[in-house]
Amino acid sequence: MTPLDFVVSLALISVAAGVLGSLIGLGGGVVIVPVLTLVYHIDIRLAIGASIVSVIATSSGAAAAYVRERMTNLRAGMFLEIATTTGAVSGAYLTTILPARFLFVLFGLVLAYSAFATFRRRHADAPLTVSNDRIANYFNLHGSFYDPAEQREIPYKVVGTKLGLALMYVAGLVSALLGLGSGALKVPAMDSAMHLPMKVSSATSNFMIGVTAAASAGVYFTRGQIDPVIAAPVAAGVLLGATLGARVLGRVASKTVRIVFVVVLVVISLEMLQKGVFA
Amino acid sequence: MTGTNRPPEPPEPPEPPAPPAPGPDLRGTPMGSDLTRSMRRRQLSPQEAAVMEERVRRVELAISWVLRTGVVVSVAVIAVGLAMMFAHHGAWTSITGHTSYRSLTDRSTPFPHSLSALGRAIGRGEGRGIVVLGVFIPILPPVMRVAVGVLSFVYEKDPPMTIVTLYVLVVLVGSFFLAGG
Repeated sequence: MTPLDFVVSLALISVAAGVLGSLIGLGGGVVIVPVLTLVYHIDIRLAIGASIVSVIATSSGAAAAYVRERMTNLRAGMFLEIATTTGAVSGAYLTTILPARFLFVLFGLVLAYSAFATFRRRHADAPLTVSNDRIANYFNLHGSFYDPAEQREIPYKVVGTKLGLALMYVAGLVSALLGLGSGALKVPAMDSAMHLPMKVSSATSNFMIGVTAAASAGVYFTRGQIDPVIAAPVAAGVLLGATLGARVLGRVASKTVRIVFVVVLVVISLEMLQKGVFA
Repeated sequence: MTGTNRPPEPPEPPEPPAPPAPGPDLRGTPMGSDLTRSMRRRQLSPQEAAVMEERVRRVELAISWVLRTGVVVSVAVIAVGLAMMFAHHGAWTSITGHTSYRSLTDRSTPFPHSLSALGRAIGRGEGRGIVVLGVFIPILPPVMRVAVGVLSFVYEKDPPMTIVTLYVLVVLVGSFFLAGG
């Protein structure tokens, strides 16, 4: 495979990964890292470096659209970024210490969890109208969103900020360690622990992912872990894919998307586990 | 975190008296102090709420613009850089051939990964330097976005959220400088 073949094929795969990632709010990394390591046999640390750039790109591409649609809770997002960026910097330092095999196994496990989290029944609780959470009240993290189905603005209250912060620290750590957006960890932290509506959680997660990933990308860039020949086609491809994906969201039956995505994730997760355990 | 000791009040006083609890919002500002308190949306008149809404909306649109611009610019720079790289290295452009991509994706592959090396590579007109720049650009919008966030919360006279976003900005900028070694 010549460099041209490599760049072109990787760019095409990245477009697909970008579409898939932004549809589900998980970022393109869940597809990119396995493709780079399993298909192209690239060092997992370089794969993670390339992926983290694509993760930022996905987040920016899709977040721009989400913000215009007013789905994102900017205050809650900014607030939780305290935890995710701190976690990301810790994680970026940990990657050098941990062996590559551990990264494969962790990747497989996180992916399997992502598959589970995407598949399990989403609670469709009515938005909360009161909140006794003092942190949420103090920072006024509550919000409202426009529901196109009901054609009105729906207000909601936020609870469980402490648990949310703790989960977000872990999400930031995992994001940096594996080059993932770790939306699979961020979305449940918001919709289950903090009772943000499902669509708001997805949009806010996508919004936060870029900032979280930027915190570790700084470390990776200076450390030479971002190889431009790998990262460039990935970043450009995922950007295009994510832009397409953001336009499609809302029109696709989210259940169908999830089921397709879960099957893909389970297969990839098994591959990564196998590589980590037996290689 | 002591600014919300008061239980939720009944809504009848539109402008409640200064709260007894100490908190960062106390050093607030003559007219913004009521905005920073919890439940502030409840206490705003419809007119004030509309003004607030409009300000928030403008900030959100500005952020959206920053994100989109970064996306477009970085794709363009990456495309130019890749084109230059392939133009300089004729052997890479064949579809079948013996030049393997592996030599470019090793851990030992040389490419600029400090800002000064990046500057020199671009100065020499190396495609590789331009590609690195294109890959670096997507990292910037999120940082700018947080910076815009800091400014907008200062503008909204919201000290708690200003501190929150300032912390995130410090972590982000710090990660670029503490990364070496």
